[in-house]
Amino acid sequence: MPEITTDDDGEGLGDGIQIDMISAERMQDMRTMEKIRLILDGVHDGNIVILEEGLEPEEESKLIEVTMSEINPDGFTGIEIETYPGGDSGDSGFLGRLMGKDEPNKLTVIGPANRIETLHKDETLISTLITRT
Amino acid sequence: MGLLTELKSSISRATSSLFAGSEPKRIGIYGPPNAGKTTLANRIARDWTGDAIGPESHVPHETRRARRKENVEIKRNGKSVTIDVVDTPGVTTKVDYKEFLEHDIEKDDAVRRSREATEGVAEAMHWLREDVDGVIYVLDATEDPFTQVNTMLIGIIESQDLPVLIFANKIDLEEASVQRISNAFPQHETVPLSALEGDNMDEVYDKIAEYFG
Repeated sequence: MPEITTDDDGEGLGDGIQIDMISAERMQDMRTMEKIRLILDGVHDGNIVILEEGLEPEEESKLIEVTMSEINPDGFTGIEIETYPGGDSGDSGFLGRLMGKDEPNKLTVIGPANRIETLHKDETLISTLITRT
Repeated sequence: MGLLTELKSSISRATSSLFAGSEPKRIGIYGPPNAGKTTLANRIARDWTGDAIGPESHVPHETRRARRKENVEIKRNGKSVTIDVVDTPGVTTKVDYKEFLEHDIEKDDAVRRSREATEGVAEAMHWLREDVDGVIYVLDATEDPFTQVNTMLIGIIESQDLPVLIFANKIDLEEASVQRISNAFPQHETVPLSALEGDNMDEVYDKIAEYFG
């Protein structure tokens, strides 16, 4: 499977912004830390990462933890991440999952906190502004 | 999570619950920065023990370490419930020291605070995965609840099968909307309150006893 690459200066191509759209198929055999590294390496390069299927809650928890450990005062300030809010998950407890009622993960957008800003978000719409700096 | 792991985890939870006896439940107070978590933790601790847990501030990330108040005995309707209250740092996905400069904090102090804040958020996430038995999720009722941090945190709490109460705080402010929070998380009970003013604390304690007793 080819690696996701960026240009030499790590700032995307020319004046543009690199967007990596990662399929569920590419992620499905990865371990949690492999997924997190794939996401954060892209974000460190200034890219916007779009996941066809988002992360599991436990993976999101780890993503927050690893992100926090990589923040530094003069560089990386963290991530902006957006996915649609979950619906009524009253049946998604243990029995719900046993019966296969787990909700599928939803499309997720992740980018450097200083480049992506959420303009609007509700159950069905995410509107974001992406800037170059 | 695999089915076997899930089953093992559920059996483990059920077993520990069966043999827990009168062990106090550890209740984590979670939520985004500036929702009023420490104000609530202090209100609960003062009402039932006479002591506070930590300093409150309008500066985000004032709480940068999880703080615990043990053996808080809450008496409701002739019964008593004992909990350990864990006040956690506000969870976020980004920390920029420049935000602290806006609160008249010097750069060196701002950098130190931001570093401590990142460690605090990581610590809060670790507590959530490993060390709490229930969650009080505090939201500022004057703010839009449809944020990614709220969505993710509620999802993580649900995935752990932890009992959760959502507290719509700051109802003393004119622009507060409890309904907006109820609409955002209809699968959970929302309790309105003002931790600062002590509004609706009777219902707060009733619900804590009901959910975590």
